[in-house]
Amino acid sequence: MSVHTRTVAELSAGLAGGEYSSRELTESCLQHLRQPAADLNAIITVTADQALAAADAADRRRAAGDAGPLTGVPLVHKDIFCTRGVRTSCGSRMLDNFISPYDAHVVEQMAAAGMVCVGKSNMDEFAMGSSNETSFYGPVKNPWDTAAVPGGSSGGSAAAVAGRLVPAATGTDTGGSIRQPAALCGITGLKPTYGRVSRYGMIAFASSLDQAGPMARTAEDCALLLEAMAGFDPRDSTCVDREVPRYSEELAGDLSGVTIGLPKEYFGEGLDPEVGAAIDAAIEEYRKLGASFRDISLANTHLAVPAYYVIAPAECSSNLSRFDGVRFGHRCESPRDLEDLYKRSRGEGFGDEVQRRIMVGTYALSAGYYDAYYLKAQQVRRLIRDDFLQAFAEVDLILGPTSPTAAFDIGERKDDPVSMYLSDIYTIAVNLAGLPGISLPAGFVGRRPVGLQLIGNYFEEGRLLQAAHAYQQVTDWHRRSPEGDN
Amino acid sequence: MEWETVIGLEIHAQLATRSKIFSGASTAYGAAPNTQACAVDLGLPGVLPVLNAEAVNMAVRFGLATGCTIAPRSVFARKNYFYPDLPKGYQISQYELPVVYEGEVLIELDDGETMRVGVTRAHLEEDAGKSLHEGFQGVTGIDLNRAGTPLLEIVSEPDLRSAKQAVAYMKKIHSLVRYLEICDGNMQEGSFRCDANVSMRPKGQAEFGTRAEIKNLNSFRFVEKAINYEVERQIDLLESGGTVVQETRLYDSVKGETRSMRTKEEANDYRYFPDPDLLPLEITADEIEQIRATLPELPDAKKARFVSDFGLSPYDAAVLTAGRDLADYFEAVVEAADGEAKLAANWVMGDLSGALNRDGREIGDSPVSPQMLGGMLKRISDNTISGKIAKDVFEAMWNGEGDADAVIEAKGLQQVTDTGAIEAMIDEVIAANPGQVEQYRGGKDKLLGFFVGQVMKASKGKANPAQVNEMLKKKL
Amino acid sequence: MSLKESDVQQIAHLARLAVDQDRLPEHARNLSAILDFVEAMSAVDTAAVEPLAHPLEMSQRLRPDQVSEEDQRELFQSIAPAVEEGLYLVPRVIE
Repeated sequence: MSVHTRTVAELSAGLAGGEYSSRELTESCLQHLRQPAADLNAIITVTADQALAAADAADRRRAAGDAGPLTGVPLVHKDIFCTRGVRTSCGSRMLDNFISPYDAHVVEQMAAAGMVCVGKSNMDEFAMGSSNETSFYGPVKNPWDTAAVPGGSSGGSAAAVAGRLVPAATGTDTGGSIRQPAALCGITGLKPTYGRVSRYGMIAFASSLDQAGPMARTAEDCALLLEAMAGFDPRDSTCVDREVPRYSEELAGDLSGVTIGLPKEYFGEGLDPEVGAAIDAAIEEYRKLGASFRDISLANTHLAVPAYYVIAPAECSSNLSRFDGVRFGHRCESPRDLEDLYKRSRGEGFGDEVQRRIMVGTYALSAGYYDAYYLKAQQVRRLIRDDFLQAFAEVDLILGPTSPTAAFDIGERKDDPVSMYLSDIYTIAVNLAGLPGISLPAGFVGRRPVGLQLIGNYFEEGRLLQAAHAYQQVTDWHRRSPEGDN
Repeated sequence: MEWETVIGLEIHAQLATRSKIFSGASTAYGAAPNTQACAVDLGLPGVLPVLNAEAVNMAVRFGLATGCTIAPRSVFARKNYFYPDLPKGYQISQYELPVVYEGEVLIELDDGETMRVGVTRAHLEEDAGKSLHEGFQGVTGIDLNRAGTPLLEIVSEPDLRSAKQAVAYMKKIHSLVRYLEICDGNMQEGSFRCDANVSMRPKGQAEFGTRAEIKNLNSFRFVEKAINYEVERQIDLLESGGTVVQETRLYDSVKGETRSMRTKEEANDYRYFPDPDLLPLEITADEIEQIRATLPELPDAKKARFVSDFGLSPYDAAVLTAGRDLADYFEAVVEAADGEAKLAANWVMGDLSGALNRDGREIGDSPVSPQMLGGMLKRISDNTISGKIAKDVFEAMWNGEGDADAVIEAKGLQQVTDTGAIEAMIDEVIAANPGQVEQYRGGKDKLLGFFVGQVMKASKGKANPAQVNEMLKKKL
Repeated sequence: MSLKESDVQQIAHLARLAVDQDRLPEHARNLSAILDFVEAMSAVDTAAVEPLAHPLEMSQRLRPDQVSEEDQRELFQSIAPAVEEGLYLVPRVIE
């Protein structure tokens, strides 16, 4: 049974039509995960027993007439989401021994929808990275070209979906961590509006930026997944109490009358010409679909990455203080005293990039530097958000490349943090503003995929999904597979 | 040189909520270690704080009671430092924008003067856990039950000039939080404690001297002793040409001295920043008015009323209103005694307080109820018993022998007011003491007291002293 | 902004991170490069700009004062590095 090439929507139909049971589907999926071809290092933990039990429960639910569209469909959770009774490592040695005593809200929501979690996906350590090379469990390979990175930090999720190991995955996006790996792996990934999805149980990197979202092959799948994932959770003070639209039922419709803004800052210096050409071709497709275009300016774009690399490290330096070797996680051998316990447990438990960001954030918040760094960054943050508000007064959507280049080689940027940070130059501003954004496949540079980014106004995930879906009705980039088209 | 002491207090009052400030774990005192530390309190990866409405309500009550401004918008910030009793590596507190600020309280000084003490601010924050050093070899045990208990940190202006003033201020705040029912005030359990900032300056100098902060004082007595010790220490230091170091000190109640704390010292770069897991706390004018409507009568207003309505002295009124329980008890006694307020005040502050002290009881578990005490006072005012006999009646009631009427009846303690009976006793006394009668009649008026005493003794205290007095004068 | 090795040591201490002495130059170089990079912000005048702490300008939601959590000490302490008699253990703390 070759089910692993199918999308969520197709599997949903197959399950509903009795073509296969969730048990059969899950067994096939688990078997596929064990094949050498699947050795992308995308999955850190396979949860076979729990998966089969969940699959059986899904089949019973279907028999009882209580199945939803996602019931019985497998997925992987990024290992940043706490899963009760299952190791939740966050890609770090610090949590290599951490068996979470509780489930994240997103995990509960997907389980409530009947989805079957088959494992936990690899990721940059504590979601800090754009290449998946900072993981304690080693780099993930890009299924399109195993010499290339899959992007990060949700690189394991992206590679697992692109490599057809699973039809769907969860991801989190703090500065582009869903959209950039989706782009580099040729899949569709949505970062919702900040507050749309509960952060409860999602291990915090930068609390005012982090947002969970779906990663799958198509916009339609992302719509189905977001419907289940979103929803009010009183345990997260920043989660918005707002009705969740039926995204999957509102995908149809042409784009006539839709105005799309093209920010000149997203097409300037630093953009790979071949990526630029793919985006230009996508603009043509959208024109054919009835959209009109307008040139806009997001004047403070060049300040987004600098502001981000103050705000995110500042928040992370505080968020990661709880990893101290006292109540959970890594603890050094035979600490001499309390300070030794802290310093060695943290020094051994955290990798280089995490330590680097903790130190940057500690410095930015310390006495005498707060105003120059943190406060300044929060002021710049407002300027960046205001740019978007102004733009959305004139346009419905904003379009541009997701990342300035296609996937780079493993090792290429590892020792140059700043050049690594610049691969998120088009995605980061969206997090600072808290807006929704989606990346969808729009071509290739050689064998490596190119991602197209659409940015919407607050809570306009529906419009984003609709525009992405329309594009996917007239193009087949999302159907291309590393193993051949399907 | 003449020195002036400058003191400011930071009082930590644990708010009497059922659940913690940011989690649904219980705040009940005395549970087995870590059984009331939930995922949020432990700072497990991925957990998030949600603010307790009642903690906010209580902070606003305090703000209104002290004439503070209630911030329409306040912000929670993280105070970052590593310590094992601080699970997240930061304490959620308020920094630049506290929930209430700029108010005042009035305190009574020993000389009867009233003094204004400024309240700089009061902010909400979470308490830390506890470190236990006893019973372990080379290790410390951490109990996080207390972690996340809501605290109101009440910061005074540096208006206090002596340890006595500091204690009077602390007692006033203690009384207020109990009136407001926002804190149980239990100092042994640590529900109400304070840090004292103490500095010295030459009298007349405007600038403040360098201050030392004495941490975690959990009794009024310790506050007084620690400050007095610290004042002497600083004066000695300054007068011998030294300087005071800005530092945190601990009070050692066994040795009666303060000493420098070895830990937490260099970690004073707290890297405060707004907590991104929490949003600004907004309180509307309507909400403030709703809370204001639920405030009880506060000690200052109650005191004024006791003076004007009951004719009490300001001193008595202040004593009786220091605690809400005592004031309520007193008012119930007055009601039961048909308005005999002064008599009630004397008895409540005298015999009742004495008995409570003697037996180590709180007013709430006095064996003599306000109705019983009031009933007895009625028997004094209707001359059924004398004030002296009343002391015996009170003791009997205290010992559970029933209410006043029952005790009087059972022991036959009614005053003798029958003139015939009193006259007979007087005649007997006169007959038995011819020498004294001679002297009295010779002009030694002071001997009247002797005769009254003899008659009262003969009546076993039951004769009405006023009546005895009058009749004796006539007879002699 | 150029950080000295002693600055790195101070920052690492505040953050309670053990740093190898021989890696101090590398850390100083990397952190300085990041600080230089974020320095770009200083070119823009933000004197009149209100800082933005959260993308959505909402206010804090309040939770009713109810005890909703049960004792899960056994579960929580099953993942702890060192516990005894229900307490988390750390090297002796001297105050």
